[in-house]
Amino acid sequence: MSWFEKIVPSRIKTRKKQRSKSVPEGVWMKCPECKSQLYRAEIEKNLFVCNKCDHHMRISARDRLNQFLDPESQSELFPNIISVDPLNFEDTKKYKDRLTHSKEVSGESDALLVMEGTLNSIQVVACAFEFKFLGGSMGSVVGEKFVRAVDRSIQNRAPLICFSSSGGARMQEAILSLMQLAKTTSALVDLAAEKIPFISILTDPTTGGVSASLAMLGDIIIAEPGALIGFAGPRVIKQTVGQKLPSGFQSSQFLMEKGALDMIVDRREMRDTITELILILTHSKTKEKH
Amino acid sequence: MDFLDFEQPIIELEKRIEKLKLTAADSESSVDLDHEIDNLIRKYETLTKEIFSNLSEWQIAQLARHPERPKALDVIQAIVPDFKELHGDRMYADDAAIVSGLGTIENLSLMFIAQEKGQDTKSRIFRNYGMPKPEGYRKAQRLMKLAEKFSMPIVTIIDTPGAYPGIGAEERGQSGAIASNLFTLASLRTPIINLVIGEGGSGGALAIGMGDSLLMLQYSIYSVISPEACSSILWRNPKEVEAAADAMGISAKRLSKFDIIDRVIPEPLGGFHRDPELMYKDIASAVVDEVQLLKNLALDDLIDRRRKKFRAIGEFQEI
Ligand SMILES: [Zn+2]
Repeated sequence: MSWFEKIVPSRIKTRKKQRSKSVPEGVWMKCPECKSQLYRAEIEKNLFVCNKCDHHMRISARDRLNQFLDPESQSELFPNIISVDPLNFEDTKKYKDRLTHSKEVSGESDALLVMEGTLNSIQVVACAFEFKFLGGSMGSVVGEKFVRAVDRSIQNRAPLICFSSSGGARMQEAILSLMQLAKTTSALVDLAAEKIPFISILTDPTTGGVSASLAMLGDIIIAEPGALIGFAGPRVIKQTVGQKLPSGFQSSQFLMEKGALDMIVDRREMRDTITELILILTHSKTKEKH
Repeated sequence: MDFLDFEQPIIELEKRIEKLKLTAADSESSVDLDHEIDNLIRKYETLTKEIFSNLSEWQIAQLARHPERPKALDVIQAIVPDFKELHGDRMYADDAAIVSGLGTIENLSLMFIAQEKGQDTKSRIFRNYGMPKPEGYRKAQRLMKLAEKFSMPIVTIIDTPGAYPGIGAEERGQSGAIASNLFTLASLRTPIINLVIGEGGSGGALAIGMGDSLLMLQYSIYSVISPEACSSILWRNPKEVEAAADAMGISAKRLSKFDIIDRVIPEPLGGFHRDPELMYKDIASAVVDEVQLLKNLALDDLIDRRRKKFRAIGEFQEI
């Protein structure tokens, strides 16, 4: 970070629109689902939902929160918490190098982005997992930022909204990562005691330790259409049971049918749906005009 | 009897000692033999100590999963003579991978929730190799709440490769079941003691493994992912298990570097399975110690202590 960036308050910094790193750049793009050639500007306006087949493309954490929160209201929280490689972990590559590389490809400092801002004028705290940062894996930094997001929610009595997309706990921080399941859950107990709503949105993909902790603990659990959601990944399950997996297994629709979700919501309806849910949950419907 | 490759020299000596003892019992004058037996026993002890003081993380993982190592039910039967098993989640099924119920140690009323891997081929299949399904976790949660209602400390015994990754388990909400248990454990108003006796496999272990005191047997392991899976994913090679286990640090000794474990219980020479009776005694007294310690805390303090403990876990930097 340069001296200039350091002295500019984060509220101003985040107004500078950062470009999406999840969807490849270019005027034209291809839908990964129906393979249609799409005009990029049009898809961007459509929140990266294919206008031919309604496929919800993976988007970066920053794009997610930029499109979710009211423009001009957004300010990033806790951007200065970074990983320290507590185990000096090295596999075929050093964890430190993987961190550096992830920072480059994602433009984020770790796998969780936290912001405060307004949603249709309601004060909220919102976080989003960055899948491009080591598969959105949860290590010490993600756990700490999530806990601080919860604390900010309590402090401001602002609902907490979390968009998950994660492969699970971060292997390179070993037991410390596993314990982040306990840590984040422990914070959500505090939030629940304050009766502040926690809305969890599961996006493609949400598996492993994140799904087995904070993501499945929402007061309301929403999924985007077509997301892969589960505890174990489909490859592991197929290996274990030695049979073909049923079609649509672990999709949003599948989880809905099995009773694991409250609702499936189209990305383009997300803002208004969550606004309504919060207003009703907090007995605020009559007080505000929408 | 099953044994691991690094146990082989120990087993050889053991066999020789047994054989000599038999010969000595048969022969008239056994003075010379007694002397030789004593020598061999000393050699056995030195060799075992030597081998066991240099175990790699992967070797400890193998010990933690040793087929001869006593399992949760063995421990319960040994230290809880009045154990009354309680079955079922009252919703769907009774998961045999989780054994739970009431009992006492030194007249302390306790709730036990354990993962049971099974002791032979038949029981291993019946117990699903200790891999719980959502109904197992829900049974556990039902009994956690029962324990809270009757102010009973909970003792969980952890020994699992992980939560079962199967079709039915996913259909019935494996993630949600684990998450819900964590939430319950984080807020439960009764002391919770977690004892890892073998393998603490990831979220599936944590789902009954979060509490006030974490005890680990010396050669037990606790890890975010199995060395096998870690090796396959990060090294893209299933054979790098030694390196994966070492990089993660999964043994009680290595984990002690982080403020996560409250007590490591030393194992008998050669491991739990070499002297189960001694180990049972030490487990029982460690559990009683922890229960007494936690029972002395006011409930509000207990919950606050638990909350602070988990909130403090993690290493990061603020720039
Ligand atoms: Zn399409």
